[in-house]
Amino acid sequence: MAEKVKEVGNGPRGMRGRPRPKVENPGKLLRRIFSYVFRFYGIQIALVAVCIVVAVLANIQGTMFTRTLIDSYITPMVEQVKAGEQAPDFSPLLHAMARVACFYMIGIGATYFQARTMAFVTQGTMKRLRIELFEHMESLPVKYFDTHAHGDIMSVYTNDIDTLRQMISQSLPQLLNSSITIVSIFSMMLVLSVPLTFVAILMIGVMLLASARVTALSGRNFIAQQRNLGRLNGFIEETMTGEKVVKVFCHEKDAIRQFDELNEELFQSASKANGFANIIAPVNGQLGNANYVICAIVGGILAINTFAGFTVGSLASFLTFNRSFTMPINQVSMQFNSIIMALAGAERIFALLDADPETDDGYVMLVNCRQDENGEIVEVQEHTGKWAWKHYHKATDSTTYQALEGDITFNGVDFGYRDDKIVLHNIWIHAKPGMKIALVGSTGAGKTTITNLINRFYDIQDGKIRYDNINVNKIRKGDLRRSLGIVLQDTHLFTGTVRDNIRYGKLDATEEEIISAAKLANADSFIRRLPDGYDTMLTGDGANLSQGQRQLLAIARAAIADPPALILDEATSSIDTRTEKIVQAGMDQLMKGRTTFVIAHRLSTIRNSDLIIVLEQGRIIEQGTHDELIALRKRYYHLYTGNAPETEAV
Amino acid sequence: MIKTLLAQVKEFRLVAILTPVCMLGEVICEMIIPILMGRIVDYGVMAGNVEFIIRTGAVMIVVALLGLTAGILGGFFAAKAGAGLARNLRKAMFDNIQTFSFLNIDHFSTSSLVTRLTTDVTNIQTAFMMTLRMAMRAPSTMIVAMVMSVIISPRLASIYFIAVAFLAVFMVVMMRTTTRYFKQVFERYDLMNESVQENVSAIRVVKAYVREDYENKKFRNAAEQIYEMFIRAELRIVSISPVMMGVVYSCILLISWFGANMIVSDTLTTGNLMSLLTYCMNILMSLMMLSMIFIMITMSEASARRIAEVIDEKSSLTNPENPVMEVPDGSIRFEHVDFSYDPEASEPVLKDIDLEIRAGESIGIIGGTGSAKSSLVNLISRLYDVTKGRILVGGIDVREYDLDVLRRQVAVVLQKNVLFSGTIYENLRWGDENATDEECRRACVLACAHEFIEKMPEGYNTYIEQGGTNVSGGQKQRLCIARALLRKPRILILDDSTSAVDTATDAKIRKAFAEEIPDTTRLIISQRISSVQSCDRIIVMENGRVNGFGSHEELLAGNRIYREVYESQTGEGADADFDRLT
Repeated sequence: MAEKVKEVGNGPRGMRGRPRPKVENPGKLLRRIFSYVFRFYGIQIALVAVCIVVAVLANIQGTMFTRTLIDSYITPMVEQVKAGEQAPDFSPLLHAMARVACFYMIGIGATYFQARTMAFVTQGTMKRLRIELFEHMESLPVKYFDTHAHGDIMSVYTNDIDTLRQMISQSLPQLLNSSITIVSIFSMMLVLSVPLTFVAILMIGVMLLASARVTALSGRNFIAQQRNLGRLNGFIEETMTGEKVVKVFCHEKDAIRQFDELNEELFQSASKANGFANIIAPVNGQLGNANYVICAIVGGILAINTFAGFTVGSLASFLTFNRSFTMPINQVSMQFNSIIMALAGAERIFALLDADPETDDGYVMLVNCRQDENGEIVEVQEHTGKWAWKHYHKATDSTTYQALEGDITFNGVDFGYRDDKIVLHNIWIHAKPGMKIALVGSTGAGKTTITNLINRFYDIQDGKIRYDNINVNKIRKGDLRRSLGIVLQDTHLFTGTVRDNIRYGKLDATEEEIISAAKLANADSFIRRLPDGYDTMLTGDGANLSQGQRQLLAIARAAIADPPALILDEATSSIDTRTEKIVQAGMDQLMKGRTTFVIAHRLSTIRNSDLIIVLEQGRIIEQGTHDELIALRKRYYHLYTGNAPETEAV
Repeated sequence: MIKTLLAQVKEFRLVAILTPVCMLGEVICEMIIPILMGRIVDYGVMAGNVEFIIRTGAVMIVVALLGLTAGILGGFFAAKAGAGLARNLRKAMFDNIQTFSFLNIDHFSTSSLVTRLTTDVTNIQTAFMMTLRMAMRAPSTMIVAMVMSVIISPRLASIYFIAVAFLAVFMVVMMRTTTRYFKQVFERYDLMNESVQENVSAIRVVKAYVREDYENKKFRNAAEQIYEMFIRAELRIVSISPVMMGVVYSCILLISWFGANMIVSDTLTTGNLMSLLTYCMNILMSLMMLSMIFIMITMSEASARRIAEVIDEKSSLTNPENPVMEVPDGSIRFEHVDFSYDPEASEPVLKDIDLEIRAGESIGIIGGTGSAKSSLVNLISRLYDVTKGRILVGGIDVREYDLDVLRRQVAVVLQKNVLFSGTIYENLRWGDENATDEECRRACVLACAHEFIEKMPEGYNTYIEQGGTNVSGGQKQRLCIARALLRKPRILILDDSTSAVDTATDAKIRKAFAEEIPDTTRLIISQRISSVQSCDRIIVMENGRVNGFGSHEELLAGNRIYREVYESQTGEGADADFDRLT
């Protein structure tokens, strides 16, 4: 991951490891999550809420039945027996049971419907969120990826979305359910006995206080746990990346020792954090039991004295309610930590969604064209090997075409990855159509940076870059990039077959085109030696290929795109000189008549360039042809002859 | 798989066992309370005996306190056991990875190892902790509740037995099918994450080819599939709780009916009936917990398997029983060596290599992309084992040496080299932890690194960032060479280690080697003819075979490949290495 930073090394680097769970504005975040879910699933959420209310009410009806069971049905029957009746009348009880059964059924139905709907809501939201995240990510400027640790971006997709999923699917319905239960049970309790309810409320106050304390304790340790986890993750990442070096230096024991220390710290904090989180339930539970006992005693006294019509049956119901009161409170406190974690995740999710996408004010388009009998440019859909810039003029509502020639100029360009640190100063380059321009200079001189500006991976601070005399800002980014084939120093391949990877340059390429591109890049012969030839699956960025082979594939991928201009950034650096010679022949053929920017370290690639630009610390210090620069006997000459005085750039 | 994981509980076995015991204590306390409650109603309230109510209430409070103690202890024990298992699992994996051979490392990708050590372990930790707390609690709540019910009324309790038996069968069937779906979900999940990972690291390629829409479409597909799978799995899960509720509610109704009958016929008290109904709720709760545990276990199964894979992986290299502890000299002999990374591959990577290298010789290795130069040298320090033939270092088969001893004497500067976060001194001392500052500096002078280090603001105490991002490629290579020099090895292998160093400096380094460590056997892989030209002898590799082996002059006269490379890099139409300056 670190290699991405490269010449952008000066930009702010992303944080290592996972950020701690500290949420700036939880209320606002929660609102945003709700509105996100509501936007697409408003009706479903409303249905879920209704279902929860129905289920809770039906449940309470069931609980109420216990009261009526004893007071209204059993006691009268017992009295009937006492009164000497032979067969007590069971029909009222049967009747009531039938009614309760109906309530139960409604409750079950509502529960099922709620869970089912929630599954769709949660998964649908997750799908939407994932897609939105990904599509937004694709629209972000390259700068975003250069300045954020890739591990952090990844963890948004994995950890953060997952905690959010748990919150939406479990915590939210749970909270809704709990609060409705609390309110309804509370009112039932009030109906049964006001004084007893006050006793209960008192106890519940104690319970809430206790939970708050314990939650705070565990929260503090959870923060420590996250910090230690971050440190351990960082260490693991570094060691795993350098594992082969660890082995070569027999450094295993040291690595284990360091690992043990970090591992132990994590264990300590995790153990405490989870320990405190675990005791919330028993503390609340037993406080609930104490509550139960106290209410029983007070209620018992009340019932014995039949205070305000309070009966034994009422006490039984009240105690059942009292018991069901503990549960939702318990659940609310248990959800607390997971909600905080989810909010921290949501914060990172929204931060990614809120990152500014690449802006594109361009309107000039690149089209395939041919010339008709009169020499006029006509736009065509098929690939002709000729391109034109298509200007649409709003003022006159007319469209004009201009042939693409490949004339690229830098006029006094200044650039810095950050505004306060300019890395390229006053760059003037004129690449005439079909020219091959070589950029030469030490690491960090700004070669790659220049190529990043042509295709607008980054935007310049000052000066102008023109393409066929059009300011590149006016060209739609997609079209600008399509007009520039690029082979990067760090080769990246995608999971898929070798064929898929070459086809990436031109999605509708035919089999013949793929093979001829591979032949041009001299990749055909090694591809055929692979176990499944062109159908060999590449995984993990082409880990099963050598660096040189991966570069050959990248060249084939660029060749098949058949772009009007090319940027080759150390495209052949890992290819041995003999193979390179063969590749070079193919590349020369590819470069013929196309403006090409080349960054390379081998003379064979550079010496036949039409223009060689020597860069040092972001400035052009020499430019000209090979012969001119040799005659100059300055920097280029020293580089060429290899007896340059030890010069340290960077 | 489960066995492998449970074996790592180790010193936390006691707390792991105490947790369920505590939970059981808590459950028993919770169960006694309804009985006491029933007694309060029957003998206190009904008899109007306030004193009895208070006395029994006091007992209840004591029981509740006991329950609280048990609950708190259980909570902490469970957390400790869970975090402890996590610690031991991470350690077991990490320790085992340290014994891995290169072949093992190649087998697992770096990112997958990181995920296994972090996310997967966290999953297991949570699952284990919850299981300890609930797996005991839920069934014991259920059992205690059932026992109590039996004591109160065996006839009514039989209703529970039927219900629980029915639910057990139902759950097993549900879990069977759901597990299958979840497995598929997680497989797709991995694939999707891989695709995100690729897009993050290859964003320049995506943008350069304007493939955003294409990638979006690909991702949309993947997200859609995950959605489908998840919904299928979840639709099964959501049916669990309604079915359980239905069964429990039926129990309540049945008990009410029969209970009413029994009360009327005076074989049951009202208090008993209330207790029975409370137990019914307890049973419902524990069933819910059980289903949660099942779901959690299902979900963490994939993590468990991935962890077990790492712990169970056997290193493909083993130390011999009576290892040779000393390398007599730096001579190397390849005896008809064949080698392939994959034992089933039809074509070996190296074919019939037969070479003899004398101690103190300098050997250049040159060859095309994929000609197996690196594979050749990697065999010397036994980073991989040969498939056929044998390799002798100092006249002894490398497989007879103690691995550490061999690798201390054969220092390799790998092609893909890394520095670690820490100061330059700390990095250098990887080579020799006891090296003095003076020795470190000397190694750096030899590797031509001293000059640029001195220019750094904090010199040798400059902190190297993770991945060595604050030094240039050439600087990194020279630091790596210095680090290897500090080993004072008998054999030094440079695998394309000066590719980012300019030709002049490269020459200086080679000169320093020849003068300062003439007794060390040096093997230098390079694509640059100037780097190998001055070596005593040069190996020309081609397609996994030795194409030529001899001095520069001999090869120039008799080896076609060597001559071609030489001509392409020197003289008229020269192809010198050029701007790799720093």
